[in-house]
Amino acid sequence: MANIQKLEQTVSQVRRDIVRMVHANNSGHPGGSLGCTEFLVALYFEVMKHDPSFDMDGKEEDLFFLSNGHISPVFYSVLAHSGYFDVAELATFRKIDSRLQGHPTTHEGLPGVRMASGSLGQGMSVAVGAAETKKLNGDDRIVYSLHGDGELQEGQIWEAAMYASAKKVDNLICTVDLNGQQIDGSTDEVMNMGSLEAKFTAFGFDVLVEKEGNNMSKVVAALEEAKSRTGKGKPVCILLHTEMGNGVDYMMGSHKWHGVAPNDEELANALAQNEETLGDY
Amino acid sequence: MKKYTYTETKDTRSGFGAGLLEAAQKNENVVGLCADLTGSLKMNAFENEFPERFFQVGISEANMMSMAAGMTIGGKIPFTGTFANFATSRVYDQVRQSIAYSNKNVKICASHAGLTLGEDGATHQVLEDLGMMKMLPGMVVINPCDYNQTKAATLAIAEYEGPVYLRFGRPKMPVFTPENQEFKIGEALMLNEGTDVTILATGHLVWEAIEAGHILADMGIDAEVINIHTIKPLDADAILKSVQKTGCVVTAEEHQMNGGLGDSVAQLLARKNPTPIEMVAVNDSFGESGVPALLMEKYGLTRKDIVKSVEAVIKRK
Repeated sequence: MANIQKLEQTVSQVRRDIVRMVHANNSGHPGGSLGCTEFLVALYFEVMKHDPSFDMDGKEEDLFFLSNGHISPVFYSVLAHSGYFDVAELATFRKIDSRLQGHPTTHEGLPGVRMASGSLGQGMSVAVGAAETKKLNGDDRIVYSLHGDGELQEGQIWEAAMYASAKKVDNLICTVDLNGQQIDGSTDEVMNMGSLEAKFTAFGFDVLVEKEGNNMSKVVAALEEAKSRTGKGKPVCILLHTEMGNGVDYMMGSHKWHGVAPNDEELANALAQNEETLGDY
Repeated sequence: MKKYTYTETKDTRSGFGAGLLEAAQKNENVVGLCADLTGSLKMNAFENEFPERFFQVGISEANMMSMAAGMTIGGKIPFTGTFANFATSRVYDQVRQSIAYSNKNVKICASHAGLTLGEDGATHQVLEDLGMMKMLPGMVVINPCDYNQTKAATLAIAEYEGPVYLRFGRPKMPVFTPENQEFKIGEALMLNEGTDVTILATGHLVWEAIEAGHILADMGIDAEVINIHTIKPLDADAILKSVQKTGCVVTAEEHQMNGGLGDSVAQLLARKNPTPIEMVAVNDSFGESGVPALLMEKYGLTRKDIVKSVEAVIKRK
């Protein structure tokens, strides 16, 4: 049984890290990072079997691929608090000679990252490939991926989705961060995608919809439910409704905080809303 | 001057097919992915012997490239198969981010490169692939000359750890290199030693360069002919050593002049040993439909064009 209170304490610290990292170099993507905090904390601290000593091949481990690489702040914070590297390294985010590049990369050898991402639309294909290798290796662990909703406008996502269902890649759980926002406005304004539930269902996925993607117990329950649906001949998709900027009231629900850093005053305000639980880096 | 002979002609893509099968027999981690061109890439024998290691991805090359990158995680060695155009220009960003930048052990195997694809025309005749691939940091770029060498190269890249672009083609070409040769990535092969001019050729143009050497010998010109099967890393030592002796160079390739082998050689020579150079290559033009031999003639990629370039470059010494 998940200790929801403990997970929520971690969420609070990760949110502090996100706004501090983005503020420190006046660049980065706080909105989507804050919205996906519950999801990534649930995945790394509750759901996945993984080893922070880090081996690229990840045999007999669950694997996670971040396809929407711009939400790197939440990914880095969660990896650091999971023990992949020292939390102090979060201070180097986006700075020269750092392993914490603006978008995640294997190039600098940061433990926990298995694939570069940032150019959108590639991560589902990567996850499908890793899932096929697990099957060949007789490894029954699960491959997870996370995608932005705006990212679904990339055609490659649907190439990967078509493959995953046609070839019964059923050790795969693809989650879509449904925050309804992208750079130029709401996803409905920029490119209305209609019913994503109908689309993924039509593409042959077993689809779960979780309307409260910023409610830790709901997120854990959705992930556990998704896990129970693997191995049944279909790839699994979680449509996770989240709120961009969740946890920082003035950022919530607006695409304006997609890729903008808070100033000093805004940072203090954001930190006041999120308790320091594990110690700031 | 060494006389090269051959008893049969075979397509380089069949060399790839044979090499892939043997590589797969040797190493259980070798897997193959193909985007609906299994017959064209000669991957059928591999598919038949190892159906569980063959991944048909349909007509979705972008998915294939990123999937191949993902498959390396857990130790597989993916060989992707499609036409050279769809293995490079169509999927450049996938290759760049998921394979090259992520430094994944993917072998991008590309058939039907260049004008010799023939009748399908310019939409399919990629002449920019070597340039695109060599620009990617860490990418090895190989363009073998005949069936035996393509087979050997396929086996060699299975042993090499890192991203590789292997280019081959559709037409039947003379098979003149040894069977079961050892292929050393990045090592130029001396075909004929000479003193008057260095001819550096790659891929299908290697045979034309050998033939040009004989024509030149009859004209009293002693040409050194070298097979540059690896465009990157370029064998700088072999090229500089030859050029110091001959004092001029002709490059020959089935590719755009911009970005090809000639471009790499010119860059090397300009920096290390400025030398007169002429390039036999396609000059900033798309191809067109036609019989391969006629296309090679029209676009200036024959032994006669090599001879003309040699005459021109020798005058500049």
